[in-house]
Amino acid sequence: MEDKYLLSDVKRYSGTDTSACMRCGKCSGRCPAYNDMDIKPHQFVTLIERGDIEKLMQSKSIWTCLSCMACVERCPRNVAPAQVIEAVRDAVVRQQYANKIKAEDIPAKIDETIPQQLLVSAFRKYNK
Amino acid sequence: MQRIGVFVCWCGSNIAATVDVERVAEAVKSEPGVVFSTQYQYMCSENGQQLIRQAIKEHNLTGVVVCSCSPRMHEATFRKTAESAGINPYMVEIANIREQVSWIHKDIEEGTEKAIILARTAIAKVNLNAPLTAGETKVTKRALVIGGGIAGIQSALDIAEAGYEVDIVETKPTIGGRMAQLDKTFPTLDCAACILTPKMVDVAQNEKITLYTYSEIEDVKGFVGNFSVKIRKKARYINEDACTGCGVCMNACPSKKGLNEFNQGLNNRPAIYIPFAQAIPNIAVIDPQQCLKIKNGKCGLCAMKCPSNAIDYTQTDEIVEREYGAIVVATGYKTIDLDKFGEYAYNESKDVVTSLELERLMNAAGPTKGTLLRPSDGEHPHDITFIQCVGSRDTSGCGKPYCSKICCMYTAKHAMLIREKYPDVKVHIFYIDVRTPGKNYDEFYRRAAEQYGVDYIKGMVGKVYPQPNGKLLVQGSDLINNEQVLIESDMVVLATAIEPEPSVRRIATLLTTSIDTNNFLTEAHAKLRPVESPTAGIFLSGVCQGPKDIPETVSQASACAAKVIGLLAKNTLKGNACVAGPDESMCNGCSVCANVCPYGAITYVDKEFRLGGGKTETRRVSQVNQAICQGCGACTVACPSGAMDLKGFANKQIMAEVEAICKR
Repeated sequence: MEDKYLLSDVKRYSGTDTSACMRCGKCSGRCPAYNDMDIKPHQFVTLIERGDIEKLMQSKSIWTCLSCMACVERCPRNVAPAQVIEAVRDAVVRQQYANKIKAEDIPAKIDETIPQQLLVSAFRKYNK
Repeated sequence: MQRIGVFVCWCGSNIAATVDVERVAEAVKSEPGVVFSTQYQYMCSENGQQLIRQAIKEHNLTGVVVCSCSPRMHEATFRKTAESAGINPYMVEIANIREQVSWIHKDIEEGTEKAIILARTAIAKVNLNAPLTAGETKVTKRALVIGGGIAGIQSALDIAEAGYEVDIVETKPTIGGRMAQLDKTFPTLDCAACILTPKMVDVAQNEKITLYTYSEIEDVKGFVGNFSVKIRKKARYINEDACTGCGVCMNACPSKKGLNEFNQGLNNRPAIYIPFAQAIPNIAVIDPQQCLKIKNGKCGLCAMKCPSNAIDYTQTDEIVEREYGAIVVATGYKTIDLDKFGEYAYNESKDVVTSLELERLMNAAGPTKGTLLRPSDGEHPHDITFIQCVGSRDTSGCGKPYCSKICCMYTAKHAMLIREKYPDVKVHIFYIDVRTPGKNYDEFYRRAAEQYGVDYIKGMVGKVYPQPNGKLLVQGSDLINNEQVLIESDMVVLATAIEPEPSVRRIATLLTTSIDTNNFLTEAHAKLRPVESPTAGIFLSGVCQGPKDIPETVSQASACAAKVIGLLAKNTLKGNACVAGPDESMCNGCSVCANVCPYGAITYVDKEFRLGGGKTETRRVSQVNQAICQGCGACTVACPSGAMDLKGFANKQIMAEVEAICKR
């Protein structure tokens, strides 16, 4: 269940419609970081389409993508692979801190000096 | 008061299973004007029609309502039936109780009730119907073909073959179009000129065909069967009757820096020129932008050298006005502008060429006399990369969203021709999909890959880098092997998308015919009327309607000719009886109706009206040409004073129908 939400979130955050991809591979044809990637730019689009989000989140590529946006610029279908990579990267960053705050921890953390708003937003950000 | 007969059809069980037809026939008996009502299993059958005819005679009917299937199906049938029994066909109305009732409802109670309401509606309308007669117009037995490429040539030849006069208007100084520029044709690899030039000669020699080359359509008026067209014959500065096409002038001309359009600008031509050796007509033309004599009065060398005194620097454009019964649009295509595709370095390197340029570089009459040489330095290339889908299937806004259809095949052709002639040259082709449906097409493509060793790479090129050593570094993806490849090539050939010749927009406006978002002309029906435009009397031939190759273009051109011949064979045309017309006493001459009319049927006239007491006043009122009006009704809705009405669908008839539906 959690994966399903994760997938739809990543798709939404990417701000792009991956179903428009016609598998031409122009993104990978232009990518300057191609050789340092285990999963190639065009595969980000196809794997998202297939729903294989886990594989992408464990990929080395999300840290080697330069965000140069060449693939976005060249894509003839407005698919924007770099935005998909960015969305996956974002999902990973958020997940790393998933355990930082738990609901039951909150009462213990409340004291006079911490604004309550901070706890609420931290809970929202790291625990969803 | 009308005497109306109502005929309820069972349509076997199609209607009768969901509608109680007997109850419908019974219920309408009390409706105003109804004197007879019955039901039958199949009204459209010969027996059913006989039943209608008999009832018309026995009960002296003046109007008929048939409760049956959609009027699209059998309205014409029942109108003919009524006509044969002696009443006007427009006194028949159909209540659609099949598509609108029995096929969409399950409950008999509901279905029957709705069927009764629809029958009542049709009866209300027939009560207000009046007999209508369609007008007739004469057909001018002459056709106009706009465009002299292979599409226009084939259409013109076929129409002339049937014995009708045809005029071809071509903007270039010669007919032949794009096909004349091609080197070889797929899938048989025969030379384009060898199969095209005999047809061009046929056109020139056919006494039924008149050629207007270097000419443009200036204005189009009229309607199907009666078009009046103004053609601008641009000044050639040559006396056409005197010129023998000897070509002496071309050698004499000192201004030799004009871009040779026939060779896609790959080499130069003089200011006075004949486009190519087999040009039809074989007559020179002067480019006034380039000619020194016309520009600043100094030169005149060609006139001095011309052995037949054919040169006339004072010639001006001439307007010819002609009448036509039918118009064929065959304006063709061009390759798209590559300015938005900086990644392929087309504007940076001469060695990056479009496929159409490659045709000229391979052709014996081209700038290199048929030897394939690198345009930048004239050296023999050793490695050539082709990139497919350049600007095709592109929804990013840089290119075209459609598939250009011909590129997969001509790229395979180019690759094969190069490997055949120069076996030392390596050929790579980057493709997204290879699309080769068609007779012997896939076999042709496979031959390129299997027998000619062409390196097909599934993937797309991301960038072409011109190198300091004069080579081109091609960076692309190889999706099958999941790697990024770098290829050092001598030449890059771009399979550039094609688009309709831009002048088609102007032509479409003049012809009041529609074009789609990609500037392709719209056909009347995508499947069943593919060569007719929605505007009557306008026909579509070749790429102006959609991307297609030569065999398809020729088939369409002949199909188009068949439609034109069918039209020209008629002496008169029966118009549409349901036409619009203004109530002149209410019309205030505001022009709203003329502006919304999609067919250009409405004009304005100044008319004198009697005011009584011997006084008159002149007012501007609208006038509908009944031969052009298609009865769409746009004007009746737009008219702010309610003066415009549509015969057969008058406002009061529609309101009577609405009232009948609302009545309980």
